[in-house]
Order: sequence, then C-alpha cells, then structure tokens
Amino acid sequence: MLNERKLVTGSMLILAFATAALVVLPYLQLHKLQAPEGLQPYSEQELRGRAVYIASGCIYCHSQQPRDAALGPDAIRGWGRASVPADYVYDRPHLLGTMRTGPDLFNIGVRQPSVDWHLGHLYQPRAYMPGSIMPAYPYMFLVKQTAAAGDKTVSVPPPYAPAQGVIVASQDALDLTAYLLSLDRSYPVYRDRIVPDKTAAESAQPANAAPAP
Amino acid sequence: MDFTIALLGASFLLSLVALLVFIASMSKGLLRTSRRDAEVIFGDDELGLAEDPAAGAGAGRLQASIESASGALPHAAMSDALVLERREIDRSSVRVVWLALTLAMFWLVFGSFAGLTSALKMHWPDWLTQWAALGFGRLRPVHLNVVSYGWASLAGVGIAFWMLPRLLRTPLRGEYFAIAGVLLWSFGVFCGVVALLAGYSAGLEWLEFPFPIPLLLVIAGGLMAVPLLKTLAARKVHHLYVSVWYMGAALFWFPVLYLVANVPGVHFGVQQAAMNWWFGHNVLGLWFTPLALAAAYYFIPKVLGRPIYSYNLSLLGFWTLAFFYSQVGGHHLIGGPLPSWLITLSIVQSVMMAVPVITVAINQHMTVVGRFDALRHSPTLRFIVLGAMLYTVTSLQGSMEALRSINAVTHFTHYTVAHAHLGMYGFFTMIMFGAIYFVMPRVTEYEWPYPRLITAHFWLSSIGIGIYFVALTIGGWLQGKAMLDAERPFMDSVLLTIPYLYGRSIGGTLMTLGHLIFAVHFSIVALRLGPKRAGAVQLAEREALAHAQ
Repeated sequence: MLNERKLVTGSMLILAFATAALVVLPYLQLHKLQAPEGLQPYSEQELRGRAVYIASGCIYCHSQQPRDAALGPDAIRGWGRASVPADYVYDRPHLLGTMRTGPDLFNIGVRQPSVDWHLGHLYQPRAYMPGSIMPAYPYMFLVKQTAAAGDKTVSVPPPYAPAQGVIVASQDALDLTAYLLSLDRSYPVYRDRIVPDKTAAESAQPANAAPAP
Repeated sequence: MDFTIALLGASFLLSLVALLVFIASMSKGLLRTSRRDAEVIFGDDELGLAEDPAAGAGAGRLQASIESASGALPHAAMSDALVLERREIDRSSVRVVWLALTLAMFWLVFGSFAGLTSALKMHWPDWLTQWAALGFGRLRPVHLNVVSYGWASLAGVGIAFWMLPRLLRTPLRGEYFAIAGVLLWSFGVFCGVVALLAGYSAGLEWLEFPFPIPLLLVIAGGLMAVPLLKTLAARKVHHLYVSVWYMGAALFWFPVLYLVANVPGVHFGVQQAAMNWWFGHNVLGLWFTPLALAAAYYFIPKVLGRPIYSYNLSLLGFWTLAFFYSQVGGHHLIGGPLPSWLITLSIVQSVMMAVPVITVAINQHMTVVGRFDALRHSPTLRFIVLGAMLYTVTSLQGSMEALRSINAVTHFTHYTVAHAHLGMYGFFTMIMFGAIYFVMPRVTEYEWPYPRLITAHFWLSSIGIGIYFVALTIGGWLQGKAMLDAERPFMDSVLLTIPYLYGRSIGGTLMTLGHLIFAVHFSIVALRLGPKRAGAVQLAEREALAHAQ
C-alpha cells in the first residue's frame, strides 16, 4: 500500500515545503534589504576581529539581538534598541547567538568604548568583573620584559598582573577589540519595515532608542 | 502587506489541499491497515517469542515474564527455515554494522570528554586557558559536533543498516557503498574536529564544520542511501514496516538538509539565522528523531514478541512528524529580528508536534503496558523504554518552550541546554544504547560477558542525565527570571547559576563514567575477548535446529 516511491516523494515534498517557508521565503523577503544610513561595513581589521570572535566561540555565551521591551529589559540594561533585519546586512555569518551566559554584545562598542578595558578584560575578566565566569584568554597576549616600539601594553589591576614584565596584546587581541568597538547600532532605523517600500517609509516613524551608556 | 496577504492565501490553499488529500485517502482506504502489517517483523508462529540477545542468563526469565503477561502461546517458536533466513540476513550486515558502531563508540567517548571539559570550564573559568585549542569556545562546538555527527549519526546509521535487511527480509545489498559511506563520514567528522580545534569554524551552531568538510558528510550520506535503495529493490516483504519509512526518509533528508545549509555565498544576516535554525531543528527532527523512532518501533515489539499497539497511528505519526517538525526551527529565534510570520509559523507547528508525539507515545507505551516486568530481564528494553518515555517528555516540553510566554524566560538560558540534552541523550542516546546491546551479540555471535557492567552503565547514564537535567532546568529557569528583572543587575543571573553548573558537571561525570564502562564492555564483545558466553545468543536458533535434526 505504501511503496518506496510514495515514501520518498512525499517526504521530499514535505521537506521542500519547509525549505520554501524557512529558507526561500525569508531570502526573497530580505535579499533586497539595504543597510541603514548609520551602519558602516566592517573594516578589514574589524573583519579579522570578527573571525577571532568566531574562532573563540564567543557566540556560545553572547547574543547579538537586543529584544523589544515587551520581551525583556534589554534596553534598560543598556543593550540597545530592538534590532531589525537591516542591522545585519553585513553579517556573514550571522552571530545572533542563543545564549546569554554573558550579556548581549550588539552595542558593546557604545556601552564600553575603551580599548584598554577590553584588552584587560580579555586577559583576565575577573580583574574587572568579580564573579565573572568568562574564560580568560591569556594566549592572546604576550608577557615581555620590556615593551618594544609599537607594542600595545595592557595594564591589569593587581593581583592579576604578572609579577614581572609587561603584558603586550597580540594582533588577534587588537583585532577582536576593534571588532567589539565597532558594535554600535545606536543609529535610528524604521522599525516597521523590512524592505524599504514607499508606503511604509511614509507612514513609519524612526524608532528612537540610542542605547544607554 | 501584499506579502502577508499572499502568505495567508497560500496557507489557506494548502489547508484546502491537505483536507482534500485526507478525504481522498479516507475514501480509498489508505488509512486502514491490517494487523498483518504490524506483524511483518515476525515470522510465522514467532509472536509471543521474546528476543533479546543481551538478556544473557535472563533470557528464560524474560520469556516466562512475557508468557505470564499475555497468556501462554504454546506454538510460539521459530521455524527452521526462519532461523536459517535470519542468520543469513543478520550476517549480511555484520561488517558495516561492526564498523559503524565501533567508530560511534570512539566518538562517544571523545565527545563525552569534550563535553565534560566544557562543563567544568563553565565554573572554573581559569582552568586550561593557556591553549586556544582547549578553550571553552572551541571544545563546546567540538562536543556538539562529535556527539551528534560522530556518535549519534554513526550509531543511528549502524543500527539502521542492521534493521534494514531484517525488515525487508533479504540480505543487505550494496554493502561496500555503506562501508565507504561510514568511513567517509567518520573521516569528515575527524577533519571537522581538527578544523574546529585549530579555530576554523563556520560560526553557525550545528553547522560549525567549515566548507568544504560538510561536502564529505553529504557525499557519505548519499553513499549510505545506495544500499537502502538496492536492498529495497530486492525486498521480500510486501509491506514496508514503519521503521523503514523513518529510516528511509531520514537517509534522504539528511544530505539535502546539510547541502542546502552549506551552500556557500548565498545565506546572509537574518536570513542565514532563519536557515541556521531551519537546519538546526531539522537535523534533530528529520535525522536523529526518525533514526531513533525506527529503532524503538522495531526493538520494543521484537523484544516483547508482540506487535505495536496501533499500526494506524504509526502511519499518522510519521507524516505529521515530517510535516510539523520540519517547520519548527523559527522558535529558536523568538523575540529576534526576524519577520514575525516566520516565528509564528514555527510556534504553531511546534505546538502541533503534540500530534505525532502523542501517536508515538500511545503506540510505544501501550505496547509495553502490562509487561513492565520484562524490563527487569531485558537490558535492551530497559534502555529503549526509558528513551521512549523521555521522547514524550522532551517533546511536550519542547512544544511548551516554543510558547512566547515561556520562551521569554527560558530563551538564552541553561534551561534550553537541559532540554537539548534530554532530547539527544535521554531520548536518542538511550534508545541507541539499548539497540546496541541487542545488536552486538548478533553481529559478533558473542554474548555480553559481564551483565553487571550493563546494569552499571544503565544507572550511571540515567542518574547522570537526571542530575544534569534537573540542575540545569532549575538553574536555567532562575537565570531567566533574574535576567527579566530589570531591578537586578545582570551579574545576578550569572552568579546564581554556579551551583547548578556544578550539578551539571556531576551529572556529566556520571554519564562519562557510564560511557567508559560501556566502551570497555563493547570492546570486549567487538574483539571477542574475555570469557566466551555465546549460549543464550543463539538459544532459539539452536533449539530449533536441534529440533530439526
């Protein structure tokens, strides 16, 4: 009664339907998306830093998708306005994340714009955030007797500083920090439109929500 | 606006078509199946005969327990012809099954240590931080990919290749395609692990293996579909048992899923996120779940010597699983920056998943009901029945988690991690454990020499996952509540989870210990070491043959 041909055809049709709904339709709906005026493409260094972010698995603890006030106090925590699809046009791969073991980072560049803070925090998170369970990344730094010309030194509060010598940031640490600082989506966007079209642009108001510092 | 109207129209049309298909299949009698279809896994007069090669000395007690529950079936016996046929069939798949299960065992142990190390690192953040390759952010994806593609996939495929010839009542055809597929698959996992440890990740959860490594798995999956087709073409049964649908569909679904997900240069931004979770949940729903359900639908009735409760329901369960499960992925992005129609669609289908889950639950539990005593004598049944029960639990929990009000708390927390492990471990892995205990004595014609190790493995694994699940479920819920409370600083949500993270590590340690015991025992049987006890394995066969002489 049920032969293999019906089985394969039926199961493949069902998969095709799901693919149409979850892969093809979003593509059709979103592929013409334009970047908001305030969003810049990543620089070369920021892209390198983004690769470090991926290689280090930051997404397993940090999301990049502040939610609407109806769903949680994301904006109150300073994580920024609810994100919209246009915020992600330059993101390949996407880094939305599924965990908040640590805070959302979509606007970390606004909230924490200090290079020195980020470098020190990567070297030893607990020096800045007591009780933090973020891993330390000592392998992104070198400990030298004296810094050479062009070295970016990192000052870490005691007792986390090495007994001797200075901590120097590796290129990876500098790139990652550059990427983190670039995470700034405080520009205004049209909340109610996905693809710019005439009627929506006329009716919608820019959503105004610069992240709290 | 136009887009929304078009979607509404399309879903209306689809509902109409579905209704017409339903009415047509009713009128053609397609939904009626005879009891004979459910009995296709048994030979003549075999009903009422318990089969569990892992039962060892308990085989007699298992048979007695079943007979006392169902009333004696005096004619239950395997005919000589059936014994010879079974033997030929079981032997046809020996090499590929041995290979797939041995590789799976290796990945299980490797993946357990990667997982346990990641778990420990969550509360010891300064442990092993000097080496990039041992960072939490690298070991965690290694754990996920190794246990899912290394352990779970190869175990599922190994069991499928063993069941397939039995279900089609003909020796396995195209064995070399299967062997090549299994080897290539494992090689792909190996390459992926090396790449991840070296920091080359594609950056998408469930899809971390960087291009072109996924192509190895796609080709391997394609190779493994060849023996399926060749054996199907040679089948000696009229009816395809429900397990064949699940396995057959899964073997076709996976290569397509993995290929579409890894097409380079197409996916971007938010669309990629939708694709990511279309894949992430389909690999669970259309790959792992069907492989495990196929095993449960075969081994539960086989051990108990009675057909499943309602064969009609299994038919309904298969198609509804395929339809609803394939669209649930968007529930991973609730509250995210995606078109809201997509998320709503996924939430609706997540709730609709209750239909296939309840059909499976009724079928599997009603088959066992009244025969729980058999669990004491059959190690296979103990693992598989626990797995089947946890399938019901984890699936209904998943439907709940997709509801916006609950998701608002549990999203982004360890609660989700607990749920994922209840599914992949409590359900899938438990069923595979049970199936391996059944299959290996048939593969090596060698019995499990130390029944106590099976008992130790069972309790370590089930208590381990119990502690793991309870700890992270409570910890995750509290974490979510803390995050939603704007009055509390974010650090509260981190600090309060720490005792529960320790709890997770304890559960994980027990599970890993169980796996080590299992791996040792498995090696003894796979290599035919230790005391030889091949008695009960062929009890039924020997009796039948002796009878014939």
